[in-house]
Amino acid sequence: MHEMGIAMDILRIVQESIPAEMAGSKVQRVNLKVGKLSAIVPESLRFCFNVVAANTAAEGAELAVEEVPVVARCNDCGHAWTIDEAVFVCPKCRGARIEMLSGRELDIVSIELSEEEGDHADPR
Amino acid sequence: MLTPDKTLIYRHHEGHKGPHSHPHPHPHGGGVDTQRSGSREIKVVRRVLDANDMMAARNRELFAAKQIFVLNVMSSPGSGKTTTLRKTLSHLMPGLRCAVIVGDICTTIDADRLAESGAPVVQINTDAFGGDCHLAAHVIERALAGLDLDAIDVLIVENIGNLVCPAEFDIGEDKRVVILSVTEGEDKPAKYPLMFRECDAMLLNKIDLLPHLEYDVQATLSSVAQIHPGMPVFQISAKTGEGFEAWLAWLAAEVDAKRKR
Ligand SMILES: Nc1nc2c(ncn2[C@@H]2O[C@H](COP(=O)(O)OP(=O)(O)OP(=O)(O)O)[C@@H](O)[C@H]2O)c(=O)[nH]1
Ligand SMILES: [Mg+2]
Ligand SMILES: [Zn+2]
Repeated sequence: MHEMGIAMDILRIVQESIPAEMAGSKVQRVNLKVGKLSAIVPESLRFCFNVVAANTAAEGAELAVEEVPVVARCNDCGHAWTIDEAVFVCPKCRGARIEMLSGRELDIVSIELSEEEGDHADPR
Repeated sequence: MLTPDKTLIYRHHEGHKGPHSHPHPHPHGGGVDTQRSGSREIKVVRRVLDANDMMAARNRELFAAKQIFVLNVMSSPGSGKTTTLRKTLSHLMPGLRCAVIVGDICTTIDADRLAESGAPVVQINTDAFGGDCHLAAHVIERALAGLDLDAIDVLIVENIGNLVCPAEFDIGEDKRVVILSVTEGEDKPAKYPLMFRECDAMLLNKIDLLPHLEYDVQATLSSVAQIHPGMPVFQISAKTGEGFEAWLAWLAAEVDAKRKR
């Protein structure tokens, strides 16, 4: 439901991440990691990003979403496992002191910029 | 987020449309690496919500400096946040000086109902922020301008009615409470696990209605025990006041614990 706000945050970070010497190049792809516990629907995030990125360096950029499984580790027995139903109890020892190793991500990993501007135009 | 039919536990899977599915070579791991002619990958590695987290940390520092205990109350629409808070405020005040920030997409009905307690109330209509489904840290920060922070011991935030999004946004609170009402179904914790994992306590509200429903309290409790083992669950009726002693005792102990820090 808050994909529009998230899309605006992504655009801001993308714009901040374009190195000064590549100013003017187009963003072709934004690589994201999204944990399966996060409240984001990739399809609607893509839609919103398309809208907010219009007339910016990221116009038309692809949002590539890598889904990250929910992985936990038991602090009692050390067992680590992937959680795919809503049970956060160690399957080995029934321990409840668990630590989440992944699944809450909503991270920008990298952006991919076109170098065409730099190839064909003299930056100075 | 859930699919429109709200039947999935987690976000639906995206199949194999991950970043590794596009056809060209796609090296990872370097700081900046050339992909193919005409494209460069720039490593970013930032949390999308880092701005919210930073603002929440600033709120938290301010609350610590002013010695204010902050409670973030979340639930689906109509579970009884406002009703529960009215009753809670009537017990906390005047012993503790309370204030409320209440978020709603529009209308000031809840703010008016809460103001009857005598506590200062700041209403936030997220309409102005794009009809948001949650209160973000910067929205709280702005609402604080309407409160005298030197005259407050406990700040209660009634979040937007929504079991999904508010769980994702830290606002600088000390404790989070989720309210589930017995008219919503035993399966809600399993369908919205993030909310129930992120909260420090749960109120199971409207238990006065149990005689009229086929609601399995035990099933709810065991589901919650699997999702967030050890989380205290208080069975209450905001209408009759039943069960409030234990809930108020928990809250008072948490407020006390912060003051001693
Ligand atoms: N029977 C019964 N009804 C309740 C109880 N608590 C709340 N209600 C009723 O449930 C309805 C919704 O209560 P609210 O307190 O407005 O719920 P809310 O969570 O603040 O709703 P939103 O702010 O709109 O999301 C109202 O009609 C209340 O009177 C309860 O313990 N028992
Ligand atoms: Mg309300
Ligand atoms: Zn274990």
